[in-house]
Amino acid sequence: MTGIILYGAGNIFSLTAALERLGIPYGFINSQADFDKFDRYIIPGVGHAGAAMDKLEKTGLVPVIKALKKPTLGICVGMQLLTSYSEEGDSNLLNIFPIKTLRFQDSAEYKVPHTGWNQVYPEKDNPLFKNIPSGSHFYFVHSYFIEYDKAYTLLSANYSIEFSASIWHDNFYGVQFHPEKSGVYGETLLTNFSKL
Amino acid sequence: MLSKRIIPCLDVKDGRTVKGVNFVDLRDAGDPVELAWNYSRQGADELVFLDITATVERRKTMVELVKAVARQINIPFTIGGGINEIADADALLNAGADKISINSAAVRNPALIDELAKAFGVQFVVIAVDTRRIDDKNIVHLNGGRLPTERQTLEWIKEAESRGAGEILLTSMDHDGTKNGFDNGLLKTVNDAVHIPVIASGGAGAVQHFVDVFEKTNVDAALAASVFHYGEILIPDLKAVLKSNNIEVRI
Repeated sequence: MTGIILYGAGNIFSLTAALERLGIPYGFINSQADFDKFDRYIIPGVGHAGAAMDKLEKTGLVPVIKALKKPTLGICVGMQLLTSYSEEGDSNLLNIFPIKTLRFQDSAEYKVPHTGWNQVYPEKDNPLFKNIPSGSHFYFVHSYFIEYDKAYTLLSANYSIEFSASIWHDNFYGVQFHPEKSGVYGETLLTNFSKL
Repeated sequence: MLSKRIIPCLDVKDGRTVKGVNFVDLRDAGDPVELAWNYSRQGADELVFLDITATVERRKTMVELVKAVARQINIPFTIGGGINEIADADALLNAGADKISINSAAVRNPALIDELAKAFGVQFVVIAVDTRRIDDKNIVHLNGGRLPTERQTLEWIKEAESRGAGEILLTSMDHDGTKNGFDNGLLKTVNDAVHIPVIASGGAGAVQHFVDVFEKTNVDAALAASVFHYGEILIPDLKAVLKSNNIEVRI
């Protein structure tokens, strides 16, 4: 069963609705004792990365999350929290991935927020993207991105520069896009995660 | 590459679709959720719901609608209509809306944009602008284009951007309903002047109008209602033509 880590950052109605449509059982994690009930974890998040980190720290769950050994998926800001630092609010984050979250340089051609369906390309082979073709479109809406890194980038995408649409290290995964809003391939990804 | 988005717009009142809809295989053409599901299956990239419910129960009916859509639909959607305060936006966000669209309330109280952006992030805040030409000036209008304001359209849009709008939904009331094409002149001026996404609205009557608006203005998305609802343009056909014109779309 999938445990969604609750820390007060953003709306999870669409995520739980998608899991229900897909028949993926889930529950919620509010405290350290809840972690043992689940086989895998999702860290959701929308809004401001620095504010989200403050909320996560107030739960006292940071040391537990850093020590997790089961598959753990951060979505959007939930993914950015896994990195070392964000330019958003000049914030130090979980540092599970020693890479940074930076702001897109806006221009007339490359508007910010990066909003809409963009193509993603696997950089590594991983069961999270089983049955999802290279170049598939996923739905993004974000102003900050995780830098491309050869060691950690699982999926790359391009928006003025190449960035990490997904990262992977051991049992930790992150996706910048919203799988719950990304049509059939987003649903495939959630199903794949439920089988990791 | 980032795709250009195609967005059907649904008018909803008391939880039901109000404009006529003419899909052959719909069981209930007044059910916004079934209609939305149908559009998502056709390849719509996003949906906009404009709620015109005028009763005191409006927030409750909007929240119920948003929840019903979020339960069933796997693409993003925006809800607009009568959102006046942070509490309205908060209820809709928690019900699963991806974005909210604000029109009159922002013109009457521009600081609302700052408050919404600070509370929920700029990506949640779409500013809808209805514009009409008066004496060679583009003037912001309220109440569905009936009530002119003192604000010039480009100047208002730039202010909205600086206050924290994450996207602009620009409807030309001069073109709306004409089916003669989008207002490409104004859309290009606006699109070149801001660094946030712009959605074109008003005037779509033919597939070529979508090709034109993307080629001539480089806006990020195009919205239409009746051409989709009446089946005059099918989204898969539209996207095939856009692609053949080297316009990036999600197929």
